Amino acid sequence: MHKIRVVIAKPGLDGHDRGAKVIARALRDAGMEVIYTGLRQTPEQIVAAALQEDADAIGLSILSGAHMHICPRVMELLREKGLQDVLVVVGGIIPDVDIPKLNEIGIKGIFLPGTPMQEIVDFLTRNVRSRVET
Amino acid sequence: MKTAAPGPSASKERRGSLTTISGRPIHQLYTPADIAALDYERDLGDPGVFPYTRGIHPTGYRGRLWTMRQFAGFGTPEETNARYKQLLKAGGTGLSVAFDLPTLMGRDPDHELSLGEVGKCGVNVTSLADMETLFDGIDLAAITTSMTINSPASMIFAMYLVVAEKQGASWDHLSGTIQNDILKEFIAQKEYIYPPRPSMRLITDVFAFCAERVPRWNTISVSGYHIREAGATAAQELAFTLRDGVEYVQYGVDTGLDVDGFAPRLSFFFNSHSDFFEEIAKYRAARRIWAHVMRDRFKAKNPRSWQLRFHTQTAGVSLTAQQPYNNVVRTALQAMAAVLGGTQSLHTNSLDEALALPTEAAATLALRTQQIIAHETGVTNIVDPLGGSYFVEKLTSDLEEETLAYFDTIDRMGGMVAAIEEGYPQREVAESAYRFQQAVEQRDKIIVGVNDFVAAEDEPIGTLYIDESAAERQLAKLDELRKTRDNGRVRAALDALKEGARGSANTMPLLVDAVRAYATVGEMCDALRDVWGEYEETPII
Repeated sequence: MHKIRVVIAKPGLDGHDRGAKVIARALRDAGMEVIYTGLRQTPEQIVAAALQEDADAIGLSILSGAHMHICPRVMELLREKGLQDVLVVVGGIIPDVDIPKLNEIGIKGIFLPGTPMQEIVDFLTRNVRSRVET
Repeated sequence: MKTAAPGPSASKERRGSLTTISGRPIHQLYTPADIAALDYERDLGDPGVFPYTRGIHPTGYRGRLWTMRQFAGFGTPEETNARYKQLLKAGGTGLSVAFDLPTLMGRDPDHELSLGEVGKCGVNVTSLADMETLFDGIDLAAITTSMTINSPASMIFAMYLVVAEKQGASWDHLSGTIQNDILKEFIAQKEYIYPPRPSMRLITDVFAFCAERVPRWNTISVSGYHIREAGATAAQELAFTLRDGVEYVQYGVDTGLDVDGFAPRLSFFFNSHSDFFEEIAKYRAARRIWAHVMRDRFKAKNPRSWQLRFHTQTAGVSLTAQQPYNNVVRTALQAMAAVLGGTQSLHTNSLDEALALPTEAAATLALRTQQIIAHETGVTNIVDPLGGSYFVEKLTSDLEEETLAYFDTIDRMGGMVAAIEEGYPQREVAESAYRFQQAVEQRDKIIVGVNDFVAAEDEPIGTLYIDESAAERQLAKLDELRKTRDNGRVRAALDALKEGARGSANTMPLLVDAVRAYATVGEMCDALRDVWGEYEETPII
């Protein structure tokens, strides 16, 4: 069984990267291959990284409120590149009203402040594996 | 047979780690032996007396209370102006401007990276026209304003100066603060534009300009707040912040400024986290360390150069999305620590800030928290009430010692700019952040409502939702501005700015000229990007 490969990205202008870095490290400690893009990535750059790294999943860290612009664009670009199998999860500050909208565009893993790291590890493991097997 | 009298006993202690939130082990009891090395006159001194461990004012808050300064900004300048007027009416005594990410990053609303970010995390200010709206009906000669702005600090400050001038307020009497602290951006918050060295020049230009033209302005707020929020321990917050301060003073002196000419206008900004006594000790240690640095290392003669003045904000990172009303209690306790530590000004966070920018009701409650501490608890009647506590004095000395050890390491690296270029403080902070998260996962540290005392379901609270209308309005105004202003004058001012930046001219007067011509934040920042390039960090996890 190959190691799960995850791209962790910070889109938008925000520089608060504590969460992204802690999660990147937790996923790595859980045995995944983690590619951290660094700051201020456009959706185009994030999808290009996923393609180049042959990623199983993308984790977007967004705290600034720009998620309703960034997430749909990432999903659209993934479809264009034929990468719809890549699992996309989002962590950060997401108002309740936006959660169903993100679910609708195919983002099921939405992790709000206070989520245990293990829950994110488990979610990725379960959902990436089921995609690979089907 | 006689048994031992019941005394301190390890077997009776709670399980789990008896450490501070920073992981510092705490003993069961502190006694005179812990402070035997302290000399009152040398190490503490009365309040108002070197080394100011007990405070910089002889009378503490008996003379004047701290400034209750609530950080606020969202959407358009029109909306934020209304919030400011409400805060002043509710008894706030100073303003504090929160800018949105495009403004903080020196981008206009029509830049591709501004998509979805305009007005979201703060107010959008694109040009002088927005700054005029932001302070409309607010007399800049009568209030003090703090502006949280770093990479484009000079540009925003220039706008403030021009608004004051148009109101007829003399620059001589203008008072307030710009954060203007780029080093902590590289370490923690990551809102940098230019590489470290030209960034430092913008800052020393402000020091020199203000010493001559705006003598009562606080030219920098050397900030530990963001370093702590990014995961640093109390000792790391203290050490990196004060060492950043040393770096700024060194750069100022190296450009030929007289240390006593600019050092009295430096101010600091600390976090107030949840570990009550460790925070109080941190503020006390900060004053003692800074007094020695300024007198002994930089040979400053003016006592005002020795005195560390600071603003405090309660710890945003400690607030939880779960059971949000608990945040009122956290904030009150953190605010109390800041007051017992002798802060000069204070921002208390609102209960909803783990979810969104605060509603007006939440912001008012946060201000009321400060007013209750100030007027009902009695703690303001006495200066440094914890001075002489074996425990607090020992913590103060320990934090000082750890800070000085970090100073040695950073000095050996060639200073803070060099240490940042090597990624040293960034690595230290990331390491502490991960360690804390692991302690939370293992329930070695308990966060009420998150990893213990969890409620089945949280009652939802109403939050502020910022829609896209702010972005649309700001874009329309920008469009109009570009059509109506004298674009030839803008181009000439931007060319002069570039020319000055290539040479050694002070950039501040050139920016004031560009602002008067209604050049935008993005245009001014781009002009300097053309000359200095942009910084890109090597990501460290």
